[in-house]
Amino acid sequence: MPSPSPTLTATDLACDRGGRRVFEGVSFTLAAGEALQVEGPNGAGKSSLMRLLGGLLEPAAGTIDNPFRVAWAGHEVALKPGVSLADEMAHWARLDGATAAAVAAALDAFALTPLAALPAGILSSGQRRRASLARTMASGAELWLLDEPGVGLDTASLGLLAAAIAGHRARGGLVVAVTHAAIGIDNPRVLRLGA
Amino acid sequence: MIVVDLLRRDLALALRRPGTLALPVLFFVLVAALFPFAVGPDARLLSRIAPGVVWVAALLASLLPVETLVEPDRADGTLDQVVTRGIALEVWAAARLVAHWLGFAVPLLLALPVAGILLGVPFAVLGQIALGLLLGTPALAALALLAASLTAGLRGGGALAGLIALPLALPVLIFGVGVGGDGALKLLAASSLVLVALAPFAAAAALRSTD
Repeated sequence: MPSPSPTLTATDLACDRGGRRVFEGVSFTLAAGEALQVEGPNGAGKSSLMRLLGGLLEPAAGTIDNPFRVAWAGHEVALKPGVSLADEMAHWARLDGATAAAVAAALDAFALTPLAALPAGILSSGQRRRASLARTMASGAELWLLDEPGVGLDTASLGLLAAAIAGHRARGGLVVAVTHAAIGIDNPRVLRLGA
Repeated sequence: MIVVDLLRRDLALALRRPGTLALPVLFFVLVAALFPFAVGPDARLLSRIAPGVVWVAALLASLLPVETLVEPDRADGTLDQVVTRGIALEVWAAARLVAHWLGFAVPLLLALPVAGILLGVPFAVLGQIALGLLLGTPALAALALLAASLTAGLRGGGALAGLIALPLALPVLIFGVGVGGDGALKLLAASSLVLVALAPFAAAAALRSTD
């Protein structure tokens, strides 16, 4: 019997924020190459679910079985204003054990190579968002957790994001993305919160 | 090693803002300079209270950067990046503690001779104060980190952090000023060791509970 391929499995998750039950009974399974699109109205707990998956919050009930390395792209982009984009990428790549080639490829995939020498503080919000996505890509982690990755991106950048996600899935990567508008994820599983 | 990478990053960021590094030191020297004006130019009195003045000035200087110690990293998502990489917050806090100590205590020790001259401290006594500060400032850095972690995310957290750290610094202050006496140096070193060993765990626990 072949050994079962690893999956990200969430079972009966519940989340409390500020003493209030945000959601409960959330279960899903995600295998290599799959993408989960998390939808729902404001306050439905989409970002909280992401924080549970990233290990930033403890679930109030239920379990998460995650055998994968995680790359996090949250609302805050975690770029220090005075540091050049290249230095920022290099710092996180050192922690990730990622190669310079992976960083260069990720910068290129989000059309950031010409901006690499600029301090992160003068980048526009869309460029900063792209930098955070490039860091996610360069990390080499299997599971990408993207919280509203399309916010602030122009049409061309949305195309780059869709291509990056497709490429990651083709290499056997997994993506969980919170999104309001379609961001061009091909054939995603959909999880609706707060319905 | 991850803690070394984090420390190197913290130091690189600190060196980018030399003004921020200079601020606690200038503050330290200015407080020392105020005392001769405040209590009068009585050289005997000044040199007698000098160790206490130096220690209080050092304690206040260690709290100056308290608002930029933790909160910016919490607010801009850096801590989320650290945690989602599977790096323990304790490791991050330990690196930040060392970086804070290097950033405020080392410049402070370098500025100590200036403060000593302003207060008319004899050279032999100055050496004793320096030794005490060398052993005691890690404890002050640990307390600043702890207070900064406890108040991260609160409005006006900096002032509150001061209120938290100052009473906890009393033992360090007492042993530090008494460094000439029996055993004070050992007790000072012991309090430093305890605080430095506990602070990363306490800071990490505080940061987790604010989430």
